[in-house]
Order: sequence, then structure tokens, then C-alpha cells
Amino acid sequence: MNRTGATSTNGAGAAAVLAAGIGSFVLGVGDVAADKSPALKSFFNFYKATGPLSGVTTVAIVAWLIAWALLDRRWRNRDVPMARTNAIAYVLLGLALLLTFPPLADLL
Amino acid sequence: MEFTTRGLWTMLHGMGFGALYLLAFSGALIELYRAKSGDTLRQESHNSVFLRYYLAAMAALAWLAVLSGAYIVYPWYRAAAPAGTANLAAFPQLLLKSSPSTARWHSLGMEWKEYVAWIAPISSTMAAAIAWRYGSDLRSFPPLRAAVFNFVVISFLAAALAGFTGAMLNKHAPVEGGRTVPVLRGDAR
Repeated sequence: MNRTGATSTNGAGAAAVLAAGIGSFVLGVGDVAADKSPALKSFFNFYKATGPLSGVTTVAIVAWLIAWALLDRRWRNRDVPMARTNAIAYVLLGLALLLTFPPLADLL
Repeated sequence: MEFTTRGLWTMLHGMGFGALYLLAFSGALIELYRAKSGDTLRQESHNSVFLRYYLAAMAALAWLAVLSGAYIVYPWYRAAAPAGTANLAAFPQLLLKSSPSTARWHSLGMEWKEYVAWIAPISSTMAAAIAWRYGSDLRSFPPLRAAVFNFVVISFLAAALAGFTGAMLNKHAPVEGGRTVPVLRGDAR
């Protein structure tokens, strides 16, 4: 495994890392969705003064916390392949950065 | 010398929470790097306690920055002007969009900043949670420590980008208005 002598497992940490990637990705997808679809833009308008930003970020945070809770429950006492988990989290984070960049999002 | 309440909140959001978060970044990197070195057991325990609180403080700053930005400053920024308003100084988004030379600060700067900034609190909360959970054991999980390190770096870049665009936006179309708060009184020389 990926450790060198500790007694605990890496599962809880892997769950936190992957969930952060998932939350960031949902943020990016929500940003593009609100921009492209008038219906979703209206749906995400949770707080009128802030506009769709309020809904997109709320949904992303809820998705992040749910993903974190579910993954933590599943992986807490296990060792998981950390290299693969990191790779997936980095890809999700990279996609989030790309999706939030307006000129790239406009191409979709 | 005086400030407006909107100007003060904007300063607190950007120069308070946001700038403090950015300043804290280098310290977090050093502590995370030290987490892999072979300190004595006592040093290691002391450093891991420090790292826990440090990352938790960074996460709190990141949340305060995005929440104050989204729910206090941004509504003032995007406020709609009554029909026929000629002076757009109190409506920063409309002011920026009214000129081709500044419109991109909104369509690129604000539209990027308002979302990408949220990566910072998500990433720094993850880093803080892992530091609390693993403490000095984090050095025994190199790939996990690397993930925390990399997410903290990305969160810094996201926050720096948001900070830079926020400063530029406020330079071209400051968020001002509300009650005036006098700071220093005195005669002009």
C-alpha cells in the first residue's frame, strides 16, 4: 500500500480528497449549466440578490458534503489505491478550473 | 477621511479575509513540506498540532471570503439601476458593461472569479480535515500528503485569481454606497 508504518488507513483521507474533486467538478458543471440553460439559470436562483451563483454554489457544496460522507463511510477503515484516487481527483479539479473559465465554457 | 459601509465590506472581503488567506498560503506550504521530514517525535507532534489549527484558520478565512463576497458584496455589485439612471457609479456591473473598454472586466473577470473562488474553501477544508484526522501520521501517507499539498496550491491559485480580478474590478468600478463612516476628522491643510 501507500504507507510506511502508520497504524491508520488512508481511506478517510482518500474520501476527503476525492470528495473535494467531486464538489469542485459539480461547481464547474453548474456554472456552465446555469450559463447555457435559461431554465437552470432560473432554478439556481436560490437567493435573488446573488442570482444563480447562490444555487450553483449551494448545490456544489451539498454534492461535495454528501460525496464526502458516503465515501468516508465506505472507505474509513480501508486502504484504497491512493494514486488512482488522486488521479481522479486531479482530473475533476482540472475540469472544474476549465469549466469555470468563461471563454472555454462559451465553446461548449 | 471616510468610508462607505459598502466600501468597508468590500475591503473586509478582499483585503481582510481574502488577503489574509493568500498571506497564509506560504506558511501552509512550509508546514506541509515539513510534515514529510523526519523531525523528532516531540517536534512532530508540535508541528502537527500547529498545522491543524493553521489549516483550519485558512479554511475559515476562505469561507468568510467567499460567503461575504457572494452574499454581501456581490448583490451590491450586480444591483439593477432604476430606469433612466444616468449616473451608474452605484451600479458597478452596469458601469463596467456600459463601456467596451471595461466590459470584459465583468464578462471575463467577474464571471470567472465568482465561481473559481469557491474551489479555495472546498480544498482548504479538505486539507484541514485531513490534518485533523491524521495529525503527524500524515507523513506516513506520502500520496495523501501530496494530494493535500497540491489541492492547497490549486486553492491558492484560485484565490489569487479571484483576488486579482476583484482588485481590478474594484479599481474600475468600486462597490461604494450606503452609510458614510468617518474614520479621521480634521481640517485640510
